Amino acid sequence: MTNDDKRKAFDLVVWTSSVLFACALVAHEALAKDKSFAVTDQVYKAECGSCHVAYPPVLLPAGSWQAVLSGLDRHFGTDASVDAKSLAALRAFLDSNAGRDRRASAGTPGLRISETDWFRREHRKVPATTWQGAAVKSPANCAACHTGAESGDYSERGIRVPN
Amino acid sequence: MRRELRILGLGVGLLGTGIVVAQTPAEIQRSYESAARQAAPAFGGFSAQRGETFFKSAQGGDWSCASCHTPNPVAAGRHAVTGKAIAPLAPGASPARFTDPAKVEKWFTRNCNDVLKRTCTPAEKGDVLAYLMSLK
Repeated sequence: MTNDDKRKAFDLVVWTSSVLFACALVAHEALAKDKSFAVTDQVYKAECGSCHVAYPPVLLPAGSWQAVLSGLDRHFGTDASVDAKSLAALRAFLDSNAGRDRRASAGTPGLRISETDWFRREHRKVPATTWQGAAVKSPANCAACHTGAESGDYSERGIRVPN
Repeated sequence: MRRELRILGLGVGLLGTGIVVAQTPAEIQRSYESAARQAAPAFGGFSAQRGETFFKSAQGGDWSCASCHTPNPVAAGRHAVTGKAIAPLAPGASPARFTDPAKVEKWFTRNCNDVLKRTCTPAEKGDVLAYLMSLK
């Protein structure tokens, strides 16, 4: 290999890795800016984000959300009732921001995000001992591991599983 | 009495317009005082001591107020089911607490149902407030 060939090979390696690095950086930024889980609706945040994180509406179909709203006075063992005005606002907000996947049309709407196929798949590597630990307590406690949950950031790099 | 009615009318009017009037914990407690006196003319004032006992005791069910708000309400609490952090309940530690009458009523309604399976009386609410306001 002549010196010229070597230089060309070197240039090729440098250019290829630069381009790959730039692509990775762009993809990373795009993922970091994924705001699909961010919740900005003030009524939803205030009424549905005090006892637990204001869950991303996209994680349940509209039928599930309407079923949840119909039983707020007996909400997973607690009273989470809201006034009529807030209830109407929540209905409208969740209707237009609910998930639109296959679950939306099948059978009785599930009420728990943690029981959806999607949630189970995403958390399949989390051992039972982690779920039961004092710092987590419940799958409802998103922020125990997803440190950016309050701002809608559930990305891998924000995960800190407590001991 | 007529003055109180006028204030009440003004309050209802403001509620109707949707204007939120910020109050102090003491003002909110005074509205419970009028209600308590109306319910029982012999009402002898609120007691921080009674409020503390009420706050820390389970009332027939599994939970007390302290289950989520801790027996030390100047410290941050934690939801008994979800584990979510709850800002300290005592106004001495969280100045925004007990300044929005509608919010106060909303949470008394929810939480009294959870702890007592009924609504709380104005006397109970005022006692709890007396206890919380006594904490620094």
